[in-house]
Amino acid sequence: MLVKDLVERFELEVAGGQNGLDREVTEGYCGDLLSEVMGNAPAGCVWMTVQGHQNIVAVAVLREMAAIVVSGGQNPDAETIQKADKEGIPILKWPDSSFRLAGQLFSAGVGIPEAG
Amino acid sequence: MRAILLGLTEDADLPLVKVRLARLTAQSGNFKPMPQLKKSFHIKGRDFIRAGEASINVQNLLKSMDFDPRLIRRVAICGYESEMNVVMHGGDGTLSIEVDNDKLILEITDDGPGIEDIELAMQAGYSTANDDHREMGFGAGMGLPNMKKNSDQIQVESPPNDGTVVRMIFFIPDKGKSD
Repeated sequence: MLVKDLVERFELEVAGGQNGLDREVTEGYCGDLLSEVMGNAPAGCVWMTVQGHQNIVAVAVLREMAAIVVSGGQNPDAETIQKADKEGIPILKWPDSSFRLAGQLFSAGVGIPEAG
Repeated sequence: MRAILLGLTEDADLPLVKVRLARLTAQSGNFKPMPQLKKSFHIKGRDFIRAGEASINVQNLLKSMDFDPRLIRRVAICGYESEMNVVMHGGDGTLSIEVDNDKLILEITDDGPGIEDIELAMQAGYSTANDDHREMGFGAGMGLPNMKKNSDQIQVESPPNDGTVVRMIFFIPDKGKSD
């Protein structure tokens, strides 16, 4: 599944990093403590967090994530969007909790190893 | 071949294709191990906007040299954690990566106040981050523990009021190269 497919399916708002919408999503991760996410998030994941400051982009780049979802109706900072555009990491907005979106992603097959 | 290899140690900015060639040549066992490439990146203290860029530069460099993605990820985690430590606590600093025949050496130096109790700082959950840092999702006390977990060797030197040097070594696995 590509980031743009997620955007369409779950009606996520693209706040930045449009140039990365063709990245492939293979996993999901939730977390708001940057060190914890930095240490544990899988590559290719869509990361759900309430953090909107610019440091989330560096974490996503270094962990080779597919996209960041700023959840809980939080807004990414202007610097975050600039950085995301530069690095090609999509920043998506979701009005509800990370839990709600994670549940829907899981139901859609994200993070479930393919049979066989 | 020898000339290329020797030349590289004097000028780290030669094209990467030559670095690759030299790395392969050196691996054939004809030469004494020597640093093949060393690059340094500046870290500006308290600059949260640029924070992470030095680590991203290191990640891109290692990617261009075709190292194993898992190895690159470990180096990236360690680079980022140490870079954030410098940004939050350390004043200005430098992050450098050295590519050797069998290992990568990541070294971070800063001119900050130093670490009062290194043993305590290495414990998971211990943090000296302030409220602003915590609000941004830092200060979980996982920085140094993450670095220890993801490197093969770590050495921390922090004499009082004389800055901090963190040196981490990552051994390059035999099958860790795709070239």
